Amino acid sequence: MLKALASQFRTLWTILQHSFTKAETVQYPERQPYLAPRYRGRIVLTKDPDGEERCVACNLCAVACPVDCIALQQGVKEDGRWYPEFFRINFSRCILCGMCEEACPTYAIQLTPDFEMCEYDRKNMVYEKEHLQIEGTGKYHDYNFYRVSGLAITGKDKGQAQSEAEPVDVKGLLP
Amino acid sequence: MATIYIDGRAYEAEAGENLLQACLNLGLDLPYFCWHPAMGSIGACRQCAVVQFKNAEDQRGRIVMGCMTPVTEGAIFSLAGDKAQQFRQNIVESLMLNHPHDCPVCAEGGECHLQDMTVMVGHRDRHYRGRKNTHRNQYLGPLINHEMNRCITCYRCTRYYNDYAGGTDLAALASRDHVYFGRHQEGVLQSQFAGNLVEVCPTGVFTDKVLVHDYTRKWDLQSAPSVCVGCAVGCNTMPGERYGKLKRVHNRFNAEVNGYFLCDRGRFGAGFVNSKQNLFLPGLRQPEGTYDTLDHHQALHHMQQACTTGKVAGIGSPRASVEANFLLRSLVGAENFSPGFSAHEQPLVMEVLQLQQHTAAVIPDIATIESADAVLILGEDVTNTAPRIALALRQSVRNKALAMAAELGLQPWQDAAIRNLAQDQRNPLYITSVADTPLDDVAEVAISLAPNEIARLGNAVARNIADEVNQLPDEPLRSQVDAIVTMLMSAQRPLIISGTGCGTSTITTAAAQLANVLCAKGKRAMLCLVVPEANSLGQAMLCDADAPDLDQLQHRATSGEFDTLVVLENDLYRRGTNVQIDALLAAFNQILVLDGMDNPTTSLATLALPAANFAESEGTIVSLEGRAQRYYPLFQPTAERRPSWVWLLACLKELTHKDVEALHHFDDITRACANAIPALSGITAAAPDHHFRNLGQKIPRQTHRNSGRTAIRANISVHEPKQAVDEESPLAYSMEGLNRAPPGALLPFVWAPGWNSNQSLHRFQGEVGGPLKGGTAGVRILLSGNPSPGVSNYPEKEEPAFLDMPQGLWLLVPRQQIFGSEELSALSPGLCELVEDAYIEICPADAKSLGVSTGDGIMVGNSLATLEVRINDAVAQSCAGFSVGLRGAENLEALHSVSLQRADNWRRRTPKPSSEEVIGSDRTLNSEALTRGTFRQRSARKQSTLPEGPHV
Amino acid sequence: MSELGTITFGLFIIVAAVGGAAVLTWFERRLLGVWQDRYGPNRLGPLGVFQVAADMLKLLTKDDWIPPFADRPVFVFAPTAIVVAMLLGFAVVPFSPDLYLLDINIGLLFFLGMTSLAVYAVLLGGLASNNKYALLGGLRSAAQMVSYEVFMGLSLMGVVMLTGSFSLRAIVEAQRDLWYCIPQFLGLFTFIIAGVAESHRLPFDLPEAEHELTAGFHTEYGGMKFAMFMLGEYLGLILISCMITTLFFGGWLGPWLPPVVWFCLKVFIIICFFILLRAGIPRPRYDQLMTLGWKIMLPLTLFNLLITGAIALWLEG
Repeated sequence: MLKALASQFRTLWTILQHSFTKAETVQYPERQPYLAPRYRGRIVLTKDPDGEERCVACNLCAVACPVDCIALQQGVKEDGRWYPEFFRINFSRCILCGMCEEACPTYAIQLTPDFEMCEYDRKNMVYEKEHLQIEGTGKYHDYNFYRVSGLAITGKDKGQAQSEAEPVDVKGLLP
Repeated sequence: MATIYIDGRAYEAEAGENLLQACLNLGLDLPYFCWHPAMGSIGACRQCAVVQFKNAEDQRGRIVMGCMTPVTEGAIFSLAGDKAQQFRQNIVESLMLNHPHDCPVCAEGGECHLQDMTVMVGHRDRHYRGRKNTHRNQYLGPLINHEMNRCITCYRCTRYYNDYAGGTDLAALASRDHVYFGRHQEGVLQSQFAGNLVEVCPTGVFTDKVLVHDYTRKWDLQSAPSVCVGCAVGCNTMPGERYGKLKRVHNRFNAEVNGYFLCDRGRFGAGFVNSKQNLFLPGLRQPEGTYDTLDHHQALHHMQQACTTGKVAGIGSPRASVEANFLLRSLVGAENFSPGFSAHEQPLVMEVLQLQQHTAAVIPDIATIESADAVLILGEDVTNTAPRIALALRQSVRNKALAMAAELGLQPWQDAAIRNLAQDQRNPLYITSVADTPLDDVAEVAISLAPNEIARLGNAVARNIADEVNQLPDEPLRSQVDAIVTMLMSAQRPLIISGTGCGTSTITTAAAQLANVLCAKGKRAMLCLVVPEANSLGQAMLCDADAPDLDQLQHRATSGEFDTLVVLENDLYRRGTNVQIDALLAAFNQILVLDGMDNPTTSLATLALPAANFAESEGTIVSLEGRAQRYYPLFQPTAERRPSWVWLLACLKELTHKDVEALHHFDDITRACANAIPALSGITAAAPDHHFRNLGQKIPRQTHRNSGRTAIRANISVHEPKQAVDEESPLAYSMEGLNRAPPGALLPFVWAPGWNSNQSLHRFQGEVGGPLKGGTAGVRILLSGNPSPGVSNYPEKEEPAFLDMPQGLWLLVPRQQIFGSEELSALSPGLCELVEDAYIEICPADAKSLGVSTGDGIMVGNSLATLEVRINDAVAQSCAGFSVGLRGAENLEALHSVSLQRADNWRRRTPKPSSEEVIGSDRTLNSEALTRGTFRQRSARKQSTLPEGPHV
Repeated sequence: MSELGTITFGLFIIVAAVGGAAVLTWFERRLLGVWQDRYGPNRLGPLGVFQVAADMLKLLTKDDWIPPFADRPVFVFAPTAIVVAMLLGFAVVPFSPDLYLLDINIGLLFFLGMTSLAVYAVLLGGLASNNKYALLGGLRSAAQMVSYEVFMGLSLMGVVMLTGSFSLRAIVEAQRDLWYCIPQFLGLFTFIIAGVAESHRLPFDLPEAEHELTAGFHTEYGGMKFAMFMLGEYLGLILISCMITTLFFGGWLGPWLPPVVWFCLKVFIIICFFILLRAGIPRPRYDQLMTLGWKIMLPLTLFNLLITGAIALWLEG
């Protein structure tokens, strides 16, 4: 009992001592905090080094999203690439967990160190593809999915992807 | 049963079945690729390796293939042993050496058996640093996408396509690591069952091309148990929806109906659900011919007014559900309700029902058809009218091989061995039809005759079997009659197939007669009569025998009896010539049309009501074997679209009709219908009613991984609406609920932990390949096998005469098309590209006399139609085959005599590549037959026993 | 003092108390900030002092909403009751030898009576809200007040015994030699705890425990009515501090400085101590609260009374 009482007084004394310590608070926005490049903020869609859309509409980000705030529809371009006909992120639901970025097999979807995206109207938090798409490659500069993948597109035929042999001639008779 | 030991535990397994199957039955995960429950084992992929020990002392054991190892008493295996696991992992690694790293852009991703198996064995890194083999893809038509790089050479595709479905234009080409699965040249896959490659291929080599261009992953699809409305077989399907569009159709296993496979009409023919011609708002016709849109309150008001002014007649539809037809019948009264068949077709279907109700023979389901040991087809081109039956027939002729295997003690799953053993030996299949059919290649004999002659042949066979003295002048058919009698009498389970496809009831009667005679002779005869549409038989059951047909309706309307006509989901212009239907519709003051799509009939409606199609509504339909099955909506109709039963029930309630007071739910209507119509009394058992709960929970339409819920509608409103509640069924429009061993009629999709592909089905089956745990979908309401096999208790009919056409006249005989003859499937994307132009088919002799060659135009009758001519040496002489249901042939009526003449100003079209040109197969037909009764022999094997073409 | 002077002084006290309570909201948040190594309100005006004005503006302009399911008259009456009761309590506080509103011989009892009235406000507010959280908050508050009321009065009896009067001025005068915080340290200890509980401030704010009851008895309150409750709470805090100063720390007594300044200084320090309690001590469980009240504080108070009585008798005798 007395011990408990003493503990209360010790607490009070410790707290009283804090009268002389400095506040930890950072005065944002006068002082901007340092955000690491891999900080998980606003989501963007990037382009590959050749300036083509990286997103292939594989739907993995959407299924990885724990709050189900990503919706998209796949389409096929003239040149054979898959692309999202629409790509929508409802940021009013997004929890910036970064699961979509981890799931993305093409480095298309990336989180950026920008978190200042408040709106007075919730509907402005719904970002469509044109709001998400940026021109650059984001954090990963060299990766181009179609150079690795076996799918043929205009300008990259079968056998021209990374470590691929020339297409087999089925009618060849050589062993 | 035998006791086997797997990893030290004792299990009970069926002796003789293969170990892989046994493991899957026991719920053990053993990876595999080449084995398929419907196609047996060949041991090609080496994936199901297990270690087998000689005895309890044996510590080393040896690796055996699970799928090739029969279960024997006391056998000891190890699945989890390091050796077996390492072996399996190495196999996957080697299969993955050339895999192209394109899962994100592969339509199989997320439901890929290869993905599942790779995860199951734990393979992760590709150690080999060499280069990957690549292949060029082929164009395989508008339905199937080819991506050969993904192939793991399991040979399932060719085994299915060639061995199971009888295709000839897909082959394994080249050798060793150059093996290529494709056609010898690019072109449309010719098999009517090619679509199953999508499900058979364990990876993404063959994918649904329509889906690839508007893709949604399996986990995002909202699915519901459905029934194919493409023909009367009633195959079970699992269509998938996303963003309000039907994306694809997958097979829903039903042990008694479609098993593992669908036809291409069923798989690719549901795209009309997304048609641009869909109606979304009710339209009220204005005097100037335009339509004002209404909301459903206004529409209902107009509907009710129309139904109270004057007397109302109704035309139902054999493609609408039993319930909708029943409500319309209640609305207008039974005596004013026409079932909606064409005037010509109505007596045919009615008679088919009668024949089936009174036959002593078994009315077989598809699985039973596969068990037949001798088949006689009378007139029906089943590949094009009820395609799934044709696939079953291809299995039935294999029973010979299975019987031979059984003699040698081979297990039925030893696929390669049995095929080697049997080579070309098959059970007899005897085809009579008006021209060649795609089944001819497995037929012992295929013979072309005019419809009446087919009936005559059937009658002669029946009489001969009944030991009656054959006094009829059947001389030209004598040898055929004898051959068929021998064939049928030496069989135990003979199957007679016929149907309405030829347009005459003489054939169906003959078939039923024959089946009865066989039963009287102690055979377990089967009788399968094909009807044209998904609910034709249900419609026949609903209507009295004297229900007015379209002609009678027109007469009564012209005499001023009716004011208003209500048409239910029926494009009447497909039910008669334009003149007939114009006259019919002109006889009414008001025409109410309920239909989902704009068509010639809706554009004459005074009030058009948008009706939901099969994907948006529930309904019961009765298949040709008399199986009542329920389909469920996979998504809710938008705008003012409502299921027909909702419109009609609301209208009946507005009219305060006494019969409908107690009806609120869909199930109430089904029950009311079962109570009112004795023939349909069984339909309530087709599926559990809406109170059903699976272990206390609803059954979800969405997978548990369904994504994007908070973003799909976010562009419209960020406030997510409440999940839609389905009050009409035990299914939920969400991922909430339990999809574990639900009743077969309520299985919306298949998925099991670790099994994302359709191979997860075995987790829903009692035993692999067997019926679903929850029971087989549907209920047989046509009880077959009349216990008292009376001999012919059918009314005697006049013996049909031989065809004797006057010079210059031809008998129009219907030629059915799997793509195009059915109204709605022909409007589906992809499949519509395969719908051919309407044509007239005549034999070379007739062509010569008319002076036409293939591609010329021919004018039929007094400008009934001008169509392209095709020369086919398999068409009976004096018969002219015409493509049923295709655009341009609307005014042609089956079995009418018409004159033909060359159309001089016909513009010759660029000929499409015909199947013959593309395939170059061994289907070279014997063109020596000169007269009517054109023979086609598949190979030389029967040539010696066949006479020269018979003469009349 | 003249009649007019009394009225003027009364009004002055009301304004000062209310204004003090308002500023106290800001001051408390700043002080908590200091002790918790942060800033507290610092955006409006120097040191964020205009936050008070902003808060008032906000509360004043808020919709004066009464839930349709509430008991309307009681719902409106409850917040006023607490403010009025607390303000009346100030009437007996002697700020300096000649600066007081009322010197009655039952001053202490009057004060106890007024603080006890506050329980009605909380209970009625909880009942009238017709909300389960509010009801629970109100009930807790009633039980808590009843429990702590008992020894709150008793804890002061030692002071009364030593002084021989209920008059607060007399009590202050009696401390000229020794502040009662020395002989009556047990009384002081129990009175502080009872005072905290009476004004249901942290750590004894169970009637409005956010984690369990959203906001307890004032869940349904908003705008000015909510502000009245808060005002009542802060007035209670000041009042209790005044009483502690008066009863235990010699009131206005002190060298060099004018008496009223001494008084204010002492009150200020005690308020700071209350805030320190809030910053440092966690909220007990409800059963712990009750155990503390009945099983520890009440015996302790009685023991104090016994000892004090004995000593008083011994000194006299």
